Amino acid sequence: MNGLLIACLLVPMMTAALSFILTSDVKSRGVISIFGSIALLMLSFILLYQVASGGPVSNQMGGWQAPMGITLIADMLSAILIVVTAIVSLCVNVYAVGDISRDRIAGGFFTFLNMLIVGVVGAFLTGDLFNMYVWFEVMLISSFALLVLGGNKVQLDGAVKYVAINLISTVLLLTAIGLLYGLTGTLNMADLFIRVPQVENQALVTVVAVLFLVAFGIKAAVFPLYFWLPASYHTLPISVTAVFAALMTKVGIYALIRTFTLIFPGEHSVVDTTLLGLGLVTMILGVFGAMTHSDIRRILAFHVIGSIGFMLLGLGLGSALAMGAAIFYMVHGILIKALLFMIAGIVGKLGGSFELSRLGGLYQERPGFSMVFLFAALALIGIPPLSGFWAKLLILEAGLHHDAAIVITFVIIASLLTFIPLMRIWLEAFWKPQPLESGPKIVESLDSDIIVVENGSVKSAVPLVVPPNLYIWTPVLGLSAVMLIIGLMPGKIIELSDTAAKTLIDPSAYIDTVLPNRSAAPGNLNEVQK
Amino acid sequence: MNSLIFSTISRLLVGLMLLFSVFLLWRGHNEPGGGFIGGLVAAAGIIVYGLAEGPGMMRKLLRIAPQTLVLIGLLTSVVSGLLPLLQDSSFLTGMWLFIGATETEKGLGLGTPLIFDIGVYLVVVGGVSGMVIALEEEL
Repeated sequence: MNGLLIACLLVPMMTAALSFILTSDVKSRGVISIFGSIALLMLSFILLYQVASGGPVSNQMGGWQAPMGITLIADMLSAILIVVTAIVSLCVNVYAVGDISRDRIAGGFFTFLNMLIVGVVGAFLTGDLFNMYVWFEVMLISSFALLVLGGNKVQLDGAVKYVAINLISTVLLLTAIGLLYGLTGTLNMADLFIRVPQVENQALVTVVAVLFLVAFGIKAAVFPLYFWLPASYHTLPISVTAVFAALMTKVGIYALIRTFTLIFPGEHSVVDTTLLGLGLVTMILGVFGAMTHSDIRRILAFHVIGSIGFMLLGLGLGSALAMGAAIFYMVHGILIKALLFMIAGIVGKLGGSFELSRLGGLYQERPGFSMVFLFAALALIGIPPLSGFWAKLLILEAGLHHDAAIVITFVIIASLLTFIPLMRIWLEAFWKPQPLESGPKIVESLDSDIIVVENGSVKSAVPLVVPPNLYIWTPVLGLSAVMLIIGLMPGKIIELSDTAAKTLIDPSAYIDTVLPNRSAAPGNLNEVQK
Repeated sequence: MNSLIFSTISRLLVGLMLLFSVFLLWRGHNEPGGGFIGGLVAAAGIIVYGLAEGPGMMRKLLRIAPQTLVLIGLLTSVVSGLLPLLQDSSFLTGMWLFIGATETEKGLGLGTPLIFDIGVYLVVVGGVSGMVIALEEEL
């Protein structure tokens, strides 16, 4: 009996419900939500400790044994990602109390935020493909609600693109799951590991693998299916953007890693090469996209896409070394994206705009805050000894190990180019003197703290100039401290990611945890098959 | 909609549909039916009433705000899943109480799956009628 796994799901779920039912006061809802995320963080650390000391932990819902019942399983990869998710959830919850307007909270902002976390944690924990789809849906429904909450026109425009492309991806995912079930008669991932190699028609298996690649690729914003991301992220309140940018695409990557190590491991070299190629293109494209934009949120959104490329490279190379690098990159990527978007929110609050041409003089006004931004930017670029350096170093090391010259070249180029857009933010928003007030034309103001301005023909939602309060500073400084610690002492996390990668490459521990009777009664399996 | 005929019939219908929805919920464990279908039928009844009398009356009929109803339903289902943990079984394991069971007769079975289904019922009623209320109030 292990209630820990289900507790990781129930705590945010109860928080979602209780924060809405118990009180209609805006601040108390935030406080309940913050306490809920602290509880999740503690649970996630206990889970990580258990997995680190005793291997994968699994739990069958309702006592029905795998492969018939619903499996929850946490191996090292899941445990690490749940800890990171809990950290982001706590930071964003605190930040949101200071950032989100009263009417959004009255509309249930914290409920949807916590349900989003339920979906993310569920996707990390499930051991069953159909449930993976269900958790994706939980996540998507909550994200749709967060997208339209507050409901100004710019937001709806972004939301429609987001919803449309995600529905396509969902249909593809369901089709792929249906085909796979038709081929193997099971959807339990551990069971699939055994059954898929037994399928006679291996060509069809490759087709299904490609369907999964496309479906999860859309969710992870992989080239060429990334366009929904920069189209929707800049329309949202910054707390929502932070949690989307940090977590949503990474769940797609997680699903890709899980699918291509457990269900379609090794032999499908076509898919591996495709993954590698897509990773390279996505990486370069993200960097170039970031260079062409002048809205801080769009620049960062393209960085999200770029970092997805790095993670795909790790998966595409496929060795334990590369996989470990990808996992470390995920930890670094999730935390640094949340931090940078929260910092961008402060820039918006101090300068009243996200447009680089309208910003300026922040270094003179707020030298301390400027240092926090510089730190986060350098950590993203990968200046030693900050966390991005280790992440990229590990990827390079894996590339060297595979003699993949093209991978090494591209990683170095992309890393160097990442410097340009971030330094542009630094030069324009922080160093350049404050531009003369040109006075944005306010066209509508539906919300209490977001206004819509018209600049030529482009409409964009920007915040009013308000000084950031303690709720906003605390998570930014806290997360910066975490990033600094990761940068200075990466050893423990690298060690954990390597363990996670080893479990992925050789999933026998995972399989034995889900199907404990597999080796004891091999005849049983055949019986089920008939 | 201002129609005397519709409004009279709707009052009759809503009672019948709510009753039928409870029936569906009740038989759902062993026969076709269950919380989801029951909830949809109940929500349809409430919507018929709302079409005749307007969204304000719909809110009055529900008494609780639809969003709150959804979340109460969610909590009910979660609690039904947590009860077996007291018995040291897994989350969502069915626990049964057979009322009036004898050697030969199974008796009337009351179990946590029914509580779970009631939760689902409330989620569906709250969710669907909440959406319709929101749409009607916009128009």
